Amino acid sequence: MTDLATTLAPERTAPVPVRPRERSTARRRILVGVLAVLLLAALWELVKVVVPDAGGHLGEASVLPRTDDLAMPHVWDIVERVLQPETSATGSPTVLGAMLSACWFTLRVALAGWLVGSVGGLLLAALMQRWQLAEHALVPWVVLSQTVPLIALAPLVVGWGGRIHIGAFEWQRWMSVALIASYLAFFPVTIGALRGFQSPPAAQVELFRAQAATWNRTMLSLRLPASVPYLLPALRLGAATAVVGAIVAEVSTGTKGGIGRLIISYAQSASGDPAKPWAAIAAAALLGLLAAGLVSLLGLGLGRYRYAEVR
Amino acid sequence: MTAAAVRRWVAPVLLGVVALLLWQAFVVGAGIKPYLLPSPTAIVEQLVLVLPLVWSAALATGMNVLVGLVVGSVVAIGAAIVAARSRMADTLLSPTAAALSVMPIVALAPALNTMFGTTSTTPRRLVVSVVVFAPVFVNMLRGLRQVQPVHRDLLKAYAATPRQITRTVTIPGALPYLFTGLRIASSTAVIAAIVAEYFGGLQNGLGSRITSAASNSAYARAWAFVLGAILLGLVFYLATLALERAVARRQGG
Amino acid sequence: MTNAVEARGVGKVFSSRSGEVSALEGIDLHVAAGEFVSLIGPSGCGKSTLLRLIADLDTPTTGELTVFGKTPQQAREAQDYGIAFQQAGLLPWRTVTANVELPLELHGVGKGERAVRAKELLSLVGLDEFAGHFPHQLSGGMQQRVAIARSLAERPSLLLMDEPFGALDEMTRERMQTELVRICAESGAAVVFVTHSIPEAVFLSQRVVVMSPRPGRISAVVPITLGDVRGEGLREDASFFAAVTAVREALHGTPVTARGVDLR
Repeated sequence: MTDLATTLAPERTAPVPVRPRERSTARRRILVGVLAVLLLAALWELVKVVVPDAGGHLGEASVLPRTDDLAMPHVWDIVERVLQPETSATGSPTVLGAMLSACWFTLRVALAGWLVGSVGGLLLAALMQRWQLAEHALVPWVVLSQTVPLIALAPLVVGWGGRIHIGAFEWQRWMSVALIASYLAFFPVTIGALRGFQSPPAAQVELFRAQAATWNRTMLSLRLPASVPYLLPALRLGAATAVVGAIVAEVSTGTKGGIGRLIISYAQSASGDPAKPWAAIAAAALLGLLAAGLVSLLGLGLGRYRYAEVR
Repeated sequence: MTAAAVRRWVAPVLLGVVALLLWQAFVVGAGIKPYLLPSPTAIVEQLVLVLPLVWSAALATGMNVLVGLVVGSVVAIGAAIVAARSRMADTLLSPTAAALSVMPIVALAPALNTMFGTTSTTPRRLVVSVVVFAPVFVNMLRGLRQVQPVHRDLLKAYAATPRQITRTVTIPGALPYLFTGLRIASSTAVIAAIVAEYFGGLQNGLGSRITSAASNSAYARAWAFVLGAILLGLVFYLATLALERAVARRQGG
Repeated sequence: MTNAVEARGVGKVFSSRSGEVSALEGIDLHVAAGEFVSLIGPSGCGKSTLLRLIADLDTPTTGELTVFGKTPQQAREAQDYGIAFQQAGLLPWRTVTANVELPLELHGVGKGERAVRAKELLSLVGLDEFAGHFPHQLSGGMQQRVAIARSLAERPSLLLMDEPFGALDEMTRERMQTELVRICAESGAAVVFVTHSIPEAVFLSQRVVVMSPRPGRISAVVPITLGDVRGEGLREDASFFAAVTAVREALHGTPVTARGVDLR
């Protein structure tokens, strides 16, 4: 496989570091993103024109949405509404302002949860890497908990708010939200880290073994660097799920201040103010992108470890 | 059974049993209030009591998952085939799927309730479909693209038509990837269907039951419904896993 | 009779991010019908590239290349050649039989005829018992034999082989070489065989084409006059060693004094 044809043919070039390509694709991505949003807006207006106001039913099930201005306000109305004050009360912030502060609140809680969950996940993965018995005992549970809807617990964990006191420490509501967020971030990170720690081929592991390297040394110099291509996507996924967890937890706790609460309260005022719920949804979508984007920044300095990213 | 198999099976089961016992002992011994954590026995007691209700709620939620899973997967497979063929479609669809995968799709639920009516199951099924789209699309596309260079050369040497290449190499090669995508999608679909119920609308599913039990301070009952949700998730996971295995066996994998 | 392969002044330039690299330059080569020709040379001498040009998997940048008097593309579309690579390249989801049948299936050969031909081919490569197995159940050597059977499926008058035994152990390799000599004698096909093993090239070929790298060129052509009947005994014959030495010296450009060292 060392022949020129194999090294030079375009589809078989040696693995290219991710970083040099990243800058041009970042610009293209933004462009595509803008294009996708414009397309979505056009599609939206098209549906409004084509589909009857009352929507469409197939037997009992409604298969087409209501398209009147109450259910699907015009795109420009949504944009306009975002820039107006939230309520008619004097001194009320604009919807945009309310959205931004809600996003900021949820982002902090989600990132706090993500941090706790990621550290926990890394530690657990290291533990499972160290003792095979731990791996055997824990992996089925970790996989299981990723496949079953443990987020269903959210309304229950939420009940802890204000009810746990340990000395001077009082369990706050936002901590329940962060706990659920961390819980959701925990599993993808654990699995990603474990796969990453186990990714070095036998030849490399045996090289370290042959040189009588300690477990710590092997972890630090071999397994940890080798895990980066597995870890980064897992951390990104963890950030995204942490945001979902935070929003869902806010909804089921009724925690004030975050975007989850905003989605619900705007939805409740939809009949009088139809554009507001959509603004909140847009904010939630942006929040997800922002959280994943922030975590992606972690990868910028790690270019040399990312020769082959696994998703 | 070999010693390795014993370790593989006994260790996790033992851990589970020990965890349950510790949970029970902790709750009873420390006098933990049910709003913090009910004991496993209390949960099972409640589960037996409300079993018919859990069953009907699981059916309602399960139906939402199934419909959403099928619709979302069909759309995603179609989109992946288009993206594999057209560069333009790919530049538009791939980033969209990547963005969708990090967005909290459930946030759409209340607005969809307004659009389709709060008594309709459509909003939930739609949320599930959107959630399912990204993993199925990404994996299917990866599968369609992973044709090995040696296979590509071989088929070119045989002067195979594009249609023949699709049938003999591309699709069989993509199937395992598709099933990986479906397996991931099935668990996120269950989660999405349950969470979508937290955002209001019909009160017939597991998610609604959990919230209403929790707000009535019936904590053990809420946990019983959570148990139902976990079983529902397992059913979907195992079903897609079985499908994956069956296809792999047929392909001699 | 038209030559199986005819190359005049063939060159190939690859353009990559770091600029243009000339992989082949001024290749003049002809392979007669039924002739066994090996291409040998160090890594990067363009021997695989030349094979890929003949197979129309790549196109030459300069020069003229014909296969049985046609352009490589016409020859490929007419299925004038069979091909085998260093990797067996079997489809993992097909049985051994279905893999051998693949080219026939692609070209619309009926089911019954396919089955008969596959059976013939599998007994030719000695794998009758493994017809229903899947590739991953076979050893590397067996997989490679399936690939060779597949390359012979349509009775091609030209076989293109890119280091088909490169990944095999020495013992399996020698056995496969003996089998290949027999198969080629039976089918009467011309063969272009890429290798970097000197004894392998000598044992199989009527002519060994020696190539040198940067840019890839033909530096010598060594005729091997060991006769048409080549059995295991030939490997220990003085004439075989002499031919090996001749190729080795051509490869190095100077006489080599140390004997018996296999430089690979």
